[in-house]
Amino acid sequence: MTRTIALAGLIGSAVLLPALALAGPQDISGEARSVMERSFSAKGQAGMDRLEQDEVQQACSRTPDAEPLSMEEEDRLMAREAAAIRYPADDNFAGDWKEGEKIAQYGRGLQFSDDPAARVGGNCYACHQLSKTEVAYGTIGPSLHQYGALRGNDPETVRNTYAKIYNPQATMPCSNMPRFGHKGILTQEQIRHLVALLHDPASPVNAE
Amino acid sequence: MIGKRTSKSAIALVLAGFAASSVVMAQSSGGDPLAEYREMMGDDNPAEFSVMRGEELWTTARGPNNVSLEKCDLGSGPGVTEGVYANLPRYFKDAGRVMDLETRLLHCMETLQGIARADALEQRFGDGAKQSDFEALAAFIAEDSRGLKLSVPLRHKAERKAYALGEQIFFYRAGPHDFACATCHAQSGVRIRLQDLPNLTDAADAQKAYSGWPAYRISQGEVRTMQWRMRDCLRQQRFPELGFGSEASVALITYLAHQADGATMEAPGLKR
Ligand code: HEC
Ligand code: HEC
Repeated sequence: MTRTIALAGLIGSAVLLPALALAGPQDISGEARSVMERSFSAKGQAGMDRLEQDEVQQACSRTPDAEPLSMEEEDRLMAREAAAIRYPADDNFAGDWKEGEKIAQYGRGLQFSDDPAARVGGNCYACHQLSKTEVAYGTIGPSLHQYGALRGNDPETVRNTYAKIYNPQATMPCSNMPRFGHKGILTQEQIRHLVALLHDPASPVNAE
Repeated sequence: MIGKRTSKSAIALVLAGFAASSVVMAQSSGGDPLAEYREMMGDDNPAEFSVMRGEELWTTARGPNNVSLEKCDLGSGPGVTEGVYANLPRYFKDAGRVMDLETRLLHCMETLQGIARADALEQRFGDGAKQSDFEALAAFIAEDSRGLKLSVPLRHKAERKAYALGEQIFFYRAGPHDFACATCHAQSGVRIRLQDLPNLTDAADAQKAYSGWPAYRISQGEVRTMQWRMRDCLRQQRFPELGFGSEASVALITYLAHQADGATMEAPGLKR
């Protein structure tokens, strides 16, 4: 977090950086892209536009032997993502942890097999431990049990939690966590409920 | 060969009753359905039904040309099923491209039996009411490589190309969730909910995962193939639909197979 702030000054020079490229003598990323165009077809709500990458996705698709992202590129991308976060009016982060728990439990939505009109979940439990009573949790992300109890609920911390859920790439380059707000998976209101799930002292996340 | 299969039909009959209830069981179970299933059933695998049906399909004359698949060359010459699955995917000169097992079967249905591609693909995945010929044929052919070491050494340049493309696709992040295969399958010891995720960039994990496909999926009551697995993980990845037998599907499977090189084949396996 501090790193983002400290390096925010670099944004100015970012324009001078060359466009991100996975270039190299054996760069076959362009060819892989054409193969994908030929191999997939639109189905349900999943159109072919889903194969298009934004800058973050492109930067974070490197194979292990490709040159890693430079610090400068990481910082530029983090600053760009951070600048695009939309906070609720008046920084009002109030939400209902019970609604948050439902969103965290629910994993459906946006697959070609899902009804486009049906609600979309956050599926936080797929990757995180949250409340102790839910034992079916995944471990791709860190445990969020006692999240608020450990960090406190001062306005700055709560605001950062909202930002993390809205766009984890703003603080962690190439995070494996989806950009729930940035990509429109969840609404601002849903993210506020999740903030409540993490910070409300009455939330099971903060129980012993 | 005949004797081996006949002895299995006895097991298959015993299994008949269990297979039907398997879907219900997997859903109602809060614990590890695979472990519970094994406890009830031992190592008997309902995939044996598919193996038998696959063998019949292989030898039965079908399609507009009214011929069997016994002239189909899966890599070791026309009609040979023994050991071939342990060497797939591979480059096929007659088709001018790399093919995995199901893609090759589709090719043979089209070119030998004269079955239209669209008709063949109609039943690429079974769904209870209609059975899939691909799933049965794949189970039968995979079984003929049981106990052999998987060997996909990428000797042909088209195979190396398929591997490299597969690797690119494996790490390709896109869609509303920014997912790539690598999001879920490039770390060891992690899980989604309670499902352990193999690290498919790691040889030991890849071997364990790959060697059991095609597999009887307890939760679905069907044998599923690697083509199905790729399409379904990509569905969860929020990508559009992966074409059966498409270049990308073959590239991904070539990547996975080479990662798993040296695995002792155990397909058809039994999965959650
Ligand atoms: C695909 C897996 C995945 C999903 C789904 C996911 N996360 Fe994460 N999350 C991660 C990973 C990996 C990290 C660590 C990297 C980072 O900080 O971005 C993380 C980090 C976090 C952090 C920061 C933790 C800390 O100690 O600072 C918070 C808060 C968080 N996630 C909340 C959520 C919420 C709320 C949801 C549901 C809307 C969610 N995550 C869904 C993978 C996931
Ligand atoms: C969002 C997470 C996620 C993504 C992305 C994903 N998978 Fe999976 N994959 C899973 C889960 C969960 C399972 C286990 C499914 C089960 O047990 O029902 C699995 C199973 C598999 C298996 C079978 C493993 C075994 O032990 O039998 C293979 C192979 C596989 N995935 C390959 C891929 C490939 C290749 C991609 C990219 C095209 C991919 N996956 C993308 C979550 C994912």
